[in-house]
Amino acid sequence: MKNKKGGINSNTILLLITIGLFVVLYAGGCIAYGYKGFTHLQTFLNILITNAGLICVSCGLTLVMLTAGIDISVGALVAMDCMMLAVGMRSGIGAIPMMLLVLAVGVGFGCLQGFLIGYLQIQPFIVSMAGMFFCRGMTAVISTEQVSITQEINKLFYDLANMKIVFPFGGYANKKGMIMQPYIRITVVIALIVLVAVFLMLRYTRFGRSLYAVGGNATSAAMMGLNVKAIKMKVHVLCSVLTSIGGICYCLNTMAGSVSQATGLEMDAISSAVIGGTLLTGGVGNVFGTFFGVLINGTISSIVKTNGKLASSWPNILTAILLFVFIVIQSIFAAVRKRGK
Amino acid sequence: MKKKSSFGRLSGSNLLLPIVSLILVMGVNVIFDIASGNNPFSFFMITLQNTTSNGVVLYGRIIDILNRGSEAAILAIGMTLVVSSSAGTDISVGSVMSLCASFCCMLLAGYGVSSTNELAVPLFVGVLAGILMGVLCGAFNGTLVAVFQIQPMVATLILYSAARAIGLLLCNDLIVYVRNPSYAFFGGFLGPIPTPIIITLICVLVMSLLLRKTALGLYIQSVGINRRASRISGLNSTRIIFLTYVLCGMFAGIAGIVNSSRITSADSNNIGLYLEMDAILAVALGGNSLGGGRFNLAGSIIGAYTIQAITTTLYALGVSTTQAPVFKAIIVILIVSIQSEPVKAFMKKRRAVRAV
Repeated sequence: MKNKKGGINSNTILLLITIGLFVVLYAGGCIAYGYKGFTHLQTFLNILITNAGLICVSCGLTLVMLTAGIDISVGALVAMDCMMLAVGMRSGIGAIPMMLLVLAVGVGFGCLQGFLIGYLQIQPFIVSMAGMFFCRGMTAVISTEQVSITQEINKLFYDLANMKIVFPFGGYANKKGMIMQPYIRITVVIALIVLVAVFLMLRYTRFGRSLYAVGGNATSAAMMGLNVKAIKMKVHVLCSVLTSIGGICYCLNTMAGSVSQATGLEMDAISSAVIGGTLLTGGVGNVFGTFFGVLINGTISSIVKTNGKLASSWPNILTAILLFVFIVIQSIFAAVRKRGK
Repeated sequence: MKKKSSFGRLSGSNLLLPIVSLILVMGVNVIFDIASGNNPFSFFMITLQNTTSNGVVLYGRIIDILNRGSEAAILAIGMTLVVSSSAGTDISVGSVMSLCASFCCMLLAGYGVSSTNELAVPLFVGVLAGILMGVLCGAFNGTLVAVFQIQPMVATLILYSAARAIGLLLCNDLIVYVRNPSYAFFGGFLGPIPTPIIITLICVLVMSLLLRKTALGLYIQSVGINRRASRISGLNSTRIIFLTYVLCGMFAGIAGIVNSSRITSADSNNIGLYLEMDAILAVALGGNSLGGGRFNLAGSIIGAYTIQAITTTLYALGVSTTQAPVFKAIIVILIVSIQSEPVKAFMKKRRAVRAV
């Protein structure tokens, strides 16, 4: 299967197509809406800022998908995290303890899902669907109203959310003639750290490599001596923890908790991973592909927002068309590979 | 030896679990009624009530469950076939429902009209077009899954995100109200019986006749168990998988029209929301493996009504709409845990130890 001559294999080509598509989309946006400021560095950074939470969530989901599993509870978990943070801080608990609590809940939730999937061998789709119902319902149990986090409620969290990390270059003058320096938020830093950490883990650790082995063929992985059940459980814990980190980023972005928050986030994450070249059958995928998948989704909604006249349903339709194109390309690659054997 | 075979028959029966869980849910209702001092069997009581809008109609909690569970039951028929033939789930049905309802209402009201009393086209044209839209969506999913051999979940993810959005575009981002009494029929009453129950009954009867009296059911199962072997033995596997997706789309269309007729409008954002989850759960609760192969239509239907019974019971117990999913999740996890292989093996071992 591997190309011994040192050439590029089909997975690399898929990743290159993803990156190429992102470049084309972004360039198209720049050409069409350059006059509206699409060419500024800040537009790109804004895509990162709005999607920081999604990047963390997608990384976690990619790990689960590598083992041929699925976790559709992530969107609801993000909503529950936001609600916990908002209500917890409103009742006077500090920001740091609340964030730690959210991470702990992530670990617990992941353990439960992982146990059901790994040790009781229930289908991941059913378990995570129940997980989704559970988290959405728990969000409503905590509070049914929309709770926003203001400066009075928690100063530290508010300051974290509004902290700008300003770039010393790439500034531009706005309409009033003031120089605007491009900036990122702390959430982007968190998301990029998560991304790099997950990439390194997948590439260089024993656990990372074993995920590919389990996803490629669980039976032969077990015969090789890997503890498939434990690995499946661990990957779900990891996914839930990354989702919780994503939830904190999401909350820093929206500064509120509500029941209907982050609906459909799981499907955004899955489509990002699929566009990035991860196969739902497991064993094939890369977090950098997922990262570019998120960026492509972000670029599309950014273009639609910049246009301002298109109906709000267009991002969904465009993402769906892209998804369609990508999976057809993937299936052609798969067919070619099969014939090559 | 004889004893073992009777035990094997009992635990091997696919219907055991769905029926037991349904009885359990009913039992909770009876206990609750006794605890709150009502007639212990008020859950099962069906009475005739005189309403101003519909005349004399059947009334009771069972009727309510059968009525409200119709959409999930109709979807569960299609979902069972899809799961059986392709070992995957069609997650687009909820969105497709919304699209079909939007398309139907858009035709009935005319494009860009948000509220109407007059029908722009005859009723049957709108309804048929809505169902046809479902067939079209099913054909799209079927092509991707059967011809391009894409994993069902990814293939249906496309319409999951697109169908609802297209529905919104068709309705010009509005909620289209069709305030014509003839349109309300599909979600209303036929004589004393709620129409959705009759529609569900017809769908189930036609499908089970088709599956029993022709070889279709056997073909679907055989393709689900081994696609290649079925092809080698002369079945057109691609066409059979394609057909199951088309049927699933058609049932989604029917369910969409029933749901939209209930509220006499096309609320694109809310019709069929999370209903694909209910349909998939119904299939799983019905004792069908989501890994494909053998299926049991009756199990899925009972599963769908079990879910509705759980929901109705929770509402009767005073749990709010947004909080009900917590209990639903716990019940589902308990049911599927009991069904799981390791737990079954553990129970068997314990029983064997006790027998010695």
